[in-house]
Amino acid sequence: MSTGLSFVPAPAANTWSAMVVSHARMELRLLVRNGEQLLLALVIPLLLLTGGAESGKVVDLGAGRRIDILTPGVVALAVMSTSFTSLAIATAFERRYGVLKRLGASPLPRSGLLLGKVLSLLAVEAAQLLVICAVGLVLGWHPHGGLPALGASLVLAAAGTAAFASLGLLMAGTLRAEATLAGANLVYVVLLVAGAVVVPLSKYPGWLHPVVSALPSGALAEGLREVCAGSSLAWWRVAVLVVWAAAAGVLTSRTFRWE
Amino acid sequence: MSVPAVEVTDLVMRYGEVTAVDGLSLRVEPATTTAILGPNGAGKTTMLETCEGYRTPQSGSVRVLGLDPVRQHGALAPRLGVMLQAGGAWSGVRADEMLGYVASLYAHPLAVPDVVERLGLASCGRTPYRRLSGGQQQRLGLAMAIVGRPEIVFLDEPTAGLDPQSRRATWELVEQLAADGVSVVLTTHYMEEAERLARRVVVVDHGRVIASGSPGELMSAGAKNTILFTAKPGLHTDELLWALPEEYSVVEEPAGHYRVEGEVTPHTLAAVTAWCASLDVMPEDLVIGKHSLEDVFLALTGKRLRS
Repeated sequence: MSTGLSFVPAPAANTWSAMVVSHARMELRLLVRNGEQLLLALVIPLLLLTGGAESGKVVDLGAGRRIDILTPGVVALAVMSTSFTSLAIATAFERRYGVLKRLGASPLPRSGLLLGKVLSLLAVEAAQLLVICAVGLVLGWHPHGGLPALGASLVLAAAGTAAFASLGLLMAGTLRAEATLAGANLVYVVLLVAGAVVVPLSKYPGWLHPVVSALPSGALAEGLREVCAGSSLAWWRVAVLVVWAAAAGVLTSRTFRWE
Repeated sequence: MSVPAVEVTDLVMRYGEVTAVDGLSLRVEPATTTAILGPNGAGKTTMLETCEGYRTPQSGSVRVLGLDPVRQHGALAPRLGVMLQAGGAWSGVRADEMLGYVASLYAHPLAVPDVVERLGLASCGRTPYRRLSGGQQQRLGLAMAIVGRPEIVFLDEPTAGLDPQSRRATWELVEQLAADGVSVVLTTHYMEEAERLARRVVVVDHGRVIASGSPGELMSAGAKNTILFTAKPGLHTDELLWALPEEYSVVEEPAGHYRVEGEVTPHTLAAVTAWCASLDVMPEDLVIGKHSLEDVFLALTGKRLRS
C-alpha cells in the first residue's frame, strides 16, 4: 500500500510570480476547453465580421466603407465578450463550486488570483484581436492613423477591459451562478443591439446619443471607430471607461461574496 | 513548551439569531490527530472554517500554529492544508491537472504522480471534475489538502460517502500524516473513524464542547458496560444484586430480558452464571455489550450521529 511517500512537513509558498503565472495558465486552459466560451470569443465576432461585410442591405452602417466601420466594432465586441461575459460566467461558477473559497485557504493571495485572471483574459483578447484584425484586413479593412492609432486603440481596449471586467466581477460576486449566466449573456446581447457596438452611434436616434455614449460599449466602440478612421483619441471616451471601471471596482470590492 | 497546533478560546460565532458556536474552547497538540464529533448543526464546520481563516471570531480568539488565521493569513496559508466538505475544484478540470495546479502554489510540494497513485486518483483519467464520483471528488479534495506538505490539515468529513476500501485508505493516510509529524483536525460522523484515528476526541453540541478526551477515556467515563441475557421471566434479581459490588444494577425489561450494568469483568460474568445455576436457569443469548463511542455520544447529546 505505502508508496514510500513522506508527509514530513515542508511548507512554503511558491514565489508570487510563479503562482500568478500558474493561475493564469490554468484559467486559460479551462477557458480554451470550454466550447461555449470559444463561441462567444471568436465564432460570433467572426460571423458578424464576415456576414456584416457582405450583407449591406440588412443593416445600414452609415457613410463610409462597411468593413472599416465594422472591424473596430467587432474588436469592441470581442473585448466585451471576454472581459465581461466570459469572466462573469467563469467567476460565478468558481464561486458556486467553492473554487474561490478553496483558493482562499491556499498560498495564492487575492491580488495574485485577480492578476492571474487578468493575464488569462488579456491572452485571450490578444488572440481574438489578432484573428479579427487579420480577417478584417483580408476583407479589405484599411485602418488609418498608423502607430498612434494603434496605440490609442490599445489604450481604449485596456480601459474597456478594465470597465467590463469590473462590471463582470460585480455581477459574478453578487448574483447566483445561474443568474450570472443569464444576466451576462443578456447584457451582451442588449449592448450588442442597443449599445453602439457594431452599429455606429450616428445611426441611433439623436436623443439616445448621450445615453449610449455614456455606456462602456458606446465609449469603447465609438472610440475605436474614431481612431481607426484617423481621428485623434478622444480622451473623454477613455474617461467614461475609467469611471465605469472605478465605480464598478469599488462596488465589487465592497459586495463581492467569495462563497 | 511547544506552541499548540490549534488553540481556540471562548469562541462565539453567530449567524443572525442563530448561535453556531457558543463559547467553544479547544487545544490541539502538534503532530496529533483530533476528531471533532457532533450532530449536524453542532457548529463543527463553523469552528473549522474559523480556524481556516474564512470567518473572523465575533468573540474569543483562535490561533493556528500560534498565528491569527485572519490577520496573519498570508503567513499561515502556506502551512495549512484544507479539505472542504464539498467542491473546491473547477467543474471542467481533470483530477491530476487540479492537483498539479495546487502543487504549483507551493515551493516544495509532494510529487503529484505519487499522490495520484497513493490516493487512487489515476482512475479519474481525463474525466472532468463534475463527472467524478463522490468518492473520487473526496479523494481529490484530500490530495489537495496534503500536496503542499502542510504542518496542519483541517479535514471536514474526509470519508463522508466513501466506500469501505477508500475509507480504509484514507485512514491509513491520516495515520501516516500524524506519524510524519502533521497535525490533523477532522470532523466526522463515523465513530469507528474517531476511535481508530484520533488521539483526542472532542464532542461538540450546540456550539459547545460537551466532552473531550481519548476514545478510551470517553468510553469508560461516558457510559457503563452491560451483560444482556434472556431467561424465564420474573426471576428474583435481588439475589444477583447482592452478589455483585455496589455500583452495579440489574433490571428486567421487558419481561424475560435481563440487563446487568456496570464494569464487566470475569468475576461479574461468573456471578451472573453462578446465580443462574443456583436457580437452575439457563441464560440464553448472553451478550457482553461494551459501550461504543456511539453510545457515549447518544448519552451525551441525546442524538444519533447519523440521522
